[in-house]
Amino acid sequence: MSDVAEQLTRLSDAELAARVAEDIPDGSYVNLGIGKPTHVSGYVPEGREVIYHSENGIIGVGPPPPEGEEDVELIDASKRYVTAAPGAAYFDHPDSFAMMRGGHIDIAVLGAYQVAQNGDLANWATLDEKFPPAVGGAMDLVAGVKTIFVMMRHQNRDGSPKLLERCTYPLTGLGVVSRVYTDLAVLDVTPEGFRLVDLAKGNDLEAVRAVTGAPIHT
Amino acid sequence: MDKRADSLATAVAPIPDGASVMIGGFGSSGIPFGLIDALLEQGATDLTIISNNAGAGETGIAKLLKAGRVAKVICSYPRSPGSIWFEKRYEAGEIDLEVVPQGTLAERIRAAGAGIGGFLTPTGYGTRLAEGKEVREIDGQGYVMEAPLPADFALIRAARGDKWGNLGFHATARNFNPVMAMAADHAIAEVRALSADPLDPETVVTPGIFVDCVVEYEVRP
Repeated sequence: MSDVAEQLTRLSDAELAARVAEDIPDGSYVNLGIGKPTHVSGYVPEGREVIYHSENGIIGVGPPPPEGEEDVELIDASKRYVTAAPGAAYFDHPDSFAMMRGGHIDIAVLGAYQVAQNGDLANWATLDEKFPPAVGGAMDLVAGVKTIFVMMRHQNRDGSPKLLERCTYPLTGLGVVSRVYTDLAVLDVTPEGFRLVDLAKGNDLEAVRAVTGAPIHT
Repeated sequence: MDKRADSLATAVAPIPDGASVMIGGFGSSGIPFGLIDALLEQGATDLTIISNNAGAGETGIAKLLKAGRVAKVICSYPRSPGSIWFEKRYEAGEIDLEVVPQGTLAERIRAAGAGIGGFLTPTGYGTRLAEGKEVREIDGQGYVMEAPLPADFALIRAARGDKWGNLGFHATARNFNPVMAMAADHAIAEVRALSADPLDPETVVTPGIFVDCVVEYEVRP
């Protein structure tokens, strides 16, 4: 890693989840992708009612059940045991994906391998042909959900950028990302490219630019 | 009319070698484990399996893969934690894989059951999964033409059933089960509670017209 990268202060996973949660409005229907995005629900500010959709057939996903009260037939898309919140409903797969593709879900929060400055998203396959491809519901989500938030580390483990002029991995969707939340900054995707919303923990913009693979406009 | 079979073995007896078989379920919920075990016992091989996942651990579809009964898998997400038997067969080049976006998989199955000859979806437009498919632009939005996906058999799981084949489900165990019942030539349902009395028509989720055979299997996974 470069000296510049070492000067940067990074949000923890919990702090990043809390930062995303700040931007989820009261009354939203939200789909949280598998992995880190599932933690966002724990940080939504008091007083907001947010209704969570899970692709496997529930809208109104509630918190995990107490130990011993798990129902193996009540799970979320990450295959974790959940409960049904007040106002929840169950449905089959065609209805679940009609909610996504049909534009009924307001916000989806997804992880990503790469995001390009034009909003292209790569989050389903790498260039490693050893691994069988597995797409799940990612392409359906980005095809229909109005606002796509990406939540990810700003860089790969080796320090290489995940925010790029152009994705190098296979795409999930073209021009679909609205906003990117990383451990260093929040960036909007605009017709001009990435535009800074805020910097995490007083980081220096030039230092963040140095670890980003595309221009950041202000 | 009485669609009840007296055993899981009787229910799966008609499935021949080379059949295409839809199997309901997502993660651990709504998988017809009893019917899959009976199919393994029955011995049919060279199967094409259509399901969301490709099995995990040593249960369900993983058992069929382990026993070498599967020639092809059509699914959205084959790579789950513990999907070792799928990975072994795939890495050894012993099975074909067709990966389909999950909503497109559901809609292709629905189209087959509903008599739709294909449909245009924005899902996957411009990606590797649309390569070789007809595309169209409507009002500035790109769409991919997707074909219906039928099957010879469907193995599904429900919470409740009656002798007419009407079914009701529990929580997130519904998933692909209703739509697979529609799309298969011969749909076989494993139900936790099978009744000689009719279910309340208001609570029926899958009407019996889509179901050819129901068999009781009380075990919960």
